[in-house]
Amino acid sequence: MNYQWNWGVFLEETPEGGVQYWELIVSGLGWTLAVSALSLLIALGLGAVIGTLRTTDRRWLVRLGNGWVELFRNIPLLVQMFLWYFVIPELVPPLKRWIVASDPVHAQFLSAVLCLGLFTSARVAEQVRAGIQSLPRGQRHAAAALGLTTAQAYRHVLLPMAFRIVIPPLTSEAMNLVKNSSIALTIGLAELTFRAREMGEYTFSFFEAFTAATIIYVVVATTVNRVMAWVERRVAVPGYIAGGGR
Amino acid sequence: MDLDFAVIGGALPYLWKGFRYTLELTVTAAAGGLVFGTLLALARLSSVRSLALVAAGYVNLMRSIPLVLVIFWFFFLVPLILQGLTGAERPPQVGAERTAIVTFIMFEAAFFCEIMRAGIQSIPRGQLHSANALGLSYGQAMRLVILPQAFRNMLPILLTQVIVLFQDTSLVYVISATDFVGAAAKVAQRDSRLVEMYLFVAAVYFVLCYALSSLVRRLQQRVAVIR
Repeated sequence: MNYQWNWGVFLEETPEGGVQYWELIVSGLGWTLAVSALSLLIALGLGAVIGTLRTTDRRWLVRLGNGWVELFRNIPLLVQMFLWYFVIPELVPPLKRWIVASDPVHAQFLSAVLCLGLFTSARVAEQVRAGIQSLPRGQRHAAAALGLTTAQAYRHVLLPMAFRIVIPPLTSEAMNLVKNSSIALTIGLAELTFRAREMGEYTFSFFEAFTAATIIYVVVATTVNRVMAWVERRVAVPGYIAGGGR
Repeated sequence: MDLDFAVIGGALPYLWKGFRYTLELTVTAAAGGLVFGTLLALARLSSVRSLALVAAGYVNLMRSIPLVLVIFWFFFLVPLILQGLTGAERPPQVGAERTAIVTFIMFEAAFFCEIMRAGIQSIPRGQLHSANALGLSYGQAMRLVILPQAFRNMLPILLTQVIVLFQDTSLVYVISATDFVGAAAKVAQRDSRLVEMYLFVAAVYFVLCYALSSLVRRLQQRVAVIR
């Protein structure tokens, strides 16, 4: 393979002027992190609630939770992105008027955050449900025997253990979320992969741009992994294998 | 808001062409990914340190970057690699559809590798020892004893991964390949009927993936009962 590497390209100015290419890449990283962080909040909040509902003994709540998970799991994320960005505003006229009047970035950002947040919430819900169901049945019975209501049993007995158990699978969901945020480029959001491709198209230094993006994604994934490992150690319950085995 | 679902009827032959490509891509990537993934898993479990390291590095790299970025990488890499192999003067025109097939085989191999590795590790060590005691070589032991059992144990997870793959192939949209979503997007833009087309696409994917994952769940229960 003969390819002329040119790493100096990152210090060249973009056609718009005043900005160098490395700054373009960094601004893309900023959007990637902003979208990922906000949608992670939505996903954890909604996912915890829906996952919990799926373990209750109310049939209709379980149905609702299962339906939620199936809905978001069985449609490709790209198509969901299109639904949020192109379809839903058409069906809600006031939303459409707001989008037409404001900067397109607002609609792109909002669509991406909602899309990724709800998509990931279904996956979080699945993990939370599995976490709660992995607890010994005796815990629920013991809580009832002590006179705790169902809500109290969840609040003080089941959820504190379940949330600790699901930290490792939630770590990989958080890492998936960062990767999935790249799909927002299809609705024009200028996140990291978008900027890398843009830089490639302006300079023909595709491989330099993609290498930079690849390294950044690996670094972000490693950081998320380390942070979650730290959280896992901090919240570990002494004496429990699930809590770190100390 | 006036919806006109009649546009879908007129576009059906074109959509079907796109859908056939989606199926072709899914099947090829699943088959190729399974073969290369199994080889990668054997490499990762190999006692040759360098081989295990290279395989682990490849798998971890593929798993830590977005599929969209992988698609872009291969879109520009494949012509250059072919040029290097054939010694042609200019990079050959490969086309988005064919590069996508190479991309998905290479990408899925990393995921199938991890599934097969877990499957191989779930087989009791005694099986390998018995195979050796019977005089089977490493290759024979793997092919005749270990891999069939690993594959069978992992079948539900492998099939779930294929459903994920089926959905992920829609991302070839970013290199303008005409898969099911790509075909729908082209019709949607031509006729300015985005709402109808994307709702239709979402409904088709939902029905198919829901049916397939229900089937996998039933299969999983049957496998669990037999064991």
